[in-house]
Amino acid sequence: MTVTLQIDGKEVKAREGMTILEAAKEAGVEIPKLCYHEKLKPYGACRICSVEVERKGRARIVASCGYPVEQGLVVRTRSPRIDRIRKTLIELIAPTTMVDGEVVGEIKKLAKEYGANIHRFESRFRAKPTRCILCGQCVRYCDEVIGEHAIGFVGRGIERRAVFFPEKAKACLTCQACFDLCPTGKIPSETDFVVFDGFSIDDYLAGEL
Amino acid sequence: MTGKRISSPEELEQLRKRILSKRGSNKLIVSICTMSVCGQSRGSVDVCGRFKEEIRRVGLEDKVDIKETGCQGFCEREPVVIIFPEGIYYVNVKPDDVPEIISTTLAKGKLVERLLYTDPVTGEKGAKESDIPFYKNQMRIVFGNNRHINPTDINDYIALGGYSALSKALFQMTPEQVLEEIKKSNLRGRGGGGFPTGIKWETTKNAPGKRKYVIVNCDEGDPGAYMDRSLMEGNPHAILEGLIIGAYAMGSHEGFIYVRQEYPIAYENTIQAIKQAEEYGFLGENVLGSGFDFEVDVHCGAGAFVSGESTALMSAIEGKVGEPKMKYIHTAVSGIKGNPSCLNNVETWANVPLIINKGAGWFNSIGTDRSKGTKIFSLVGKVNNTGLVEVPMGMTLRRLIYDIGGGIPNGKKFKAVQTGGPSGGVIPEQYLDTPIDFDELTKLGSMMGSGGMVVMDENTCMVDTARYFVSFCCEESCGKCIPCREGLRTLREILTDICEGKGQEGDIEAIEDIAKAMQDASLCALGTTAANPAFTTLKYFREEYEAHIKEKRCPAKVCKALTSYYIDPEKCTACMICFKNCPTEAIHGGKGIIHWIEQEKCIKCNTCFEVCPPRFSAVRRISGEPLPLTPAPGTKVIREKRR
Repeated sequence: MTVTLQIDGKEVKAREGMTILEAAKEAGVEIPKLCYHEKLKPYGACRICSVEVERKGRARIVASCGYPVEQGLVVRTRSPRIDRIRKTLIELIAPTTMVDGEVVGEIKKLAKEYGANIHRFESRFRAKPTRCILCGQCVRYCDEVIGEHAIGFVGRGIERRAVFFPEKAKACLTCQACFDLCPTGKIPSETDFVVFDGFSIDDYLAGEL
Repeated sequence: MTGKRISSPEELEQLRKRILSKRGSNKLIVSICTMSVCGQSRGSVDVCGRFKEEIRRVGLEDKVDIKETGCQGFCEREPVVIIFPEGIYYVNVKPDDVPEIISTTLAKGKLVERLLYTDPVTGEKGAKESDIPFYKNQMRIVFGNNRHINPTDINDYIALGGYSALSKALFQMTPEQVLEEIKKSNLRGRGGGGFPTGIKWETTKNAPGKRKYVIVNCDEGDPGAYMDRSLMEGNPHAILEGLIIGAYAMGSHEGFIYVRQEYPIAYENTIQAIKQAEEYGFLGENVLGSGFDFEVDVHCGAGAFVSGESTALMSAIEGKVGEPKMKYIHTAVSGIKGNPSCLNNVETWANVPLIINKGAGWFNSIGTDRSKGTKIFSLVGKVNNTGLVEVPMGMTLRRLIYDIGGGIPNGKKFKAVQTGGPSGGVIPEQYLDTPIDFDELTKLGSMMGSGGMVVMDENTCMVDTARYFVSFCCEESCGKCIPCREGLRTLREILTDICEGKGQEGDIEAIEDIAKAMQDASLCALGTTAANPAFTTLKYFREEYEAHIKEKRCPAKVCKALTSYYIDPEKCTACMICFKNCPTEAIHGGKGIIHWIEQEKCIKCNTCFEVCPPRFSAVRRISGEPLPLTPAPGTKVIREKRR
């Protein structure tokens, strides 16, 4: 079954069951994202892929990575409201990804694109920058694709961390599939090929993360 | 246990008659709330124990029954003793008052005047529950049975007509008719969103899939709110009956009751209720001989506020971390393990048996155009009568706070009321005549929520209030999505800075930007609503933010960093009270020598302000202006002044 929807004014055909993000990609419309990966189940954590949808005259904001396409749906991937959301989200996430006064990886690109002031909330960020935005790509890739479950989340709220489980991480020395996934480059830059050094559940429990 | 199993509506009716005749109609019933935290913490268990002891001693066992109940609502005056059938109402009862109650009221039918409720405003005494304004203006269709029920005894519920709605649904109605009745009743979800219950049920009923689940959400965790807990503790069978009826309507054979771990009595009473309902044949195979099968399990939460969110709650039931997921496909269609799952709040389920018994027409006769029935609120904060109140939708906030709540204590001025818990907003005085209704409260930027209602007086700082609720949500956010996690982290820091006098230019705009992004883009309702307290305090009390940021002044004189304490030498009589009570010995002076505060030592604990006798009112709080000079050490009080 195919459905027809409108993305940024363009008529787009999509297969039922696809998400807006996938349909847009096929139609050549790139939606920015930080936690999406085509091999993984939609997760909806970064919210950078938020878009405006209009359905039966009612507009709302949804995460395009998880919202299924529908016949007649009108999608706007850029609008003043969407751009403002993305700008604020980048400003909020910037302090934790700051390395030597500059944001890194994907964040840098997005900050430029959306005119985010990466220093806006810097003085209010009183935690240790972890360089991790908790997109969970490493965690989920290790679970869903590799099947090793060597990385996981611990903690809640602002204490939430992604950590390696040392006893599980033996496979990491040869796998390292997560190295290229990390949107901030934390994993390759901090692991030094001994993947769980300073980055493990033990460190978390010792209060060092 | 087969002996108790009821296998037809007739047998249920016979049982009800047996219970009633066995109890007799002439007995006096002493009802005491011993199964709720407020009652327990104020000593109701001891009062109850004394009653049992004394009644045995004087040999009144044949004439008096003691009813140990869950919450009865007027928590402020616990321990409360109600004597039925008249409904004689004694407040703040102590164990030593019990012999007098027995010899005067139970034996002779006379009143113990000194234990009657005295209205703090009019000074009038009320002998009966129905005389007391707190109760007189309520409509307790859902909550009212609590005072007649020992929640650990299913017979109490049956005696009041319990499970007759289930019997009616199973034997006189088709599942479709039950659904239709709920739809026609216009019942809306009591957990926060106000979604039409009938439509939710219909979605689950029509969703493909053989296995369907019905779930009770008892993960209430808003600060100051305890409606669901009190219903679950005090009348668990009402919820269970609603759940079974819903299961029948939707074609579900499995249910869950999610009870938060912090509610041990609710958890125990629920387990007990399920056990008894199984013994009586209301649960299990062939319910009441109807051929309908239904089982229910209790899931104890693990202490996460966010688990009240439907997808998080269902993840928790599946045994996973209670974290929300995207739900562009509703849980009513794809919930627990991908099966259609209908989740309703405790109070919503408790309304179901009433609607089935009395009809949708009756339910529609109560409330406003778009909000039908009653709503239970936990009325707390700076209000004379704190407690649980149930009122028809459409009652104004003013009537609720003044007529039922008895207004603001100590002659203080009302400032705002926070509805809907940490996801709600503050409503200022100019909107007090707003009728309580899902849509009206939303229009004001607040919400009904599950029914928390925190009243604030003039001594409340609105920036501090926003900081408090934002901090609560920050602690409770699961941390999965960026807007909620980072938004709350940053909001908390900004608000804390403002309260500490470190607010900067641009902070108000920053709060607005963050709040907007959270509202628009968060993954679940915790995040989309967590900024509401910040939004509404800014909307209605912007000048307080400005005073904090620009003038370093806290208008309510609450924020410690912006407030100083000062003893007015003109008013001080050197009575030594503040001097003795100051925990840091910051107050100098002595007998006959005017007191003064050493600012460096003062920790702003407010003790001196509170203990200074009102007839002197010598301690002043000062914010945003220079401190007046303190008198020279050793200045003596001029005695004549005191007369």
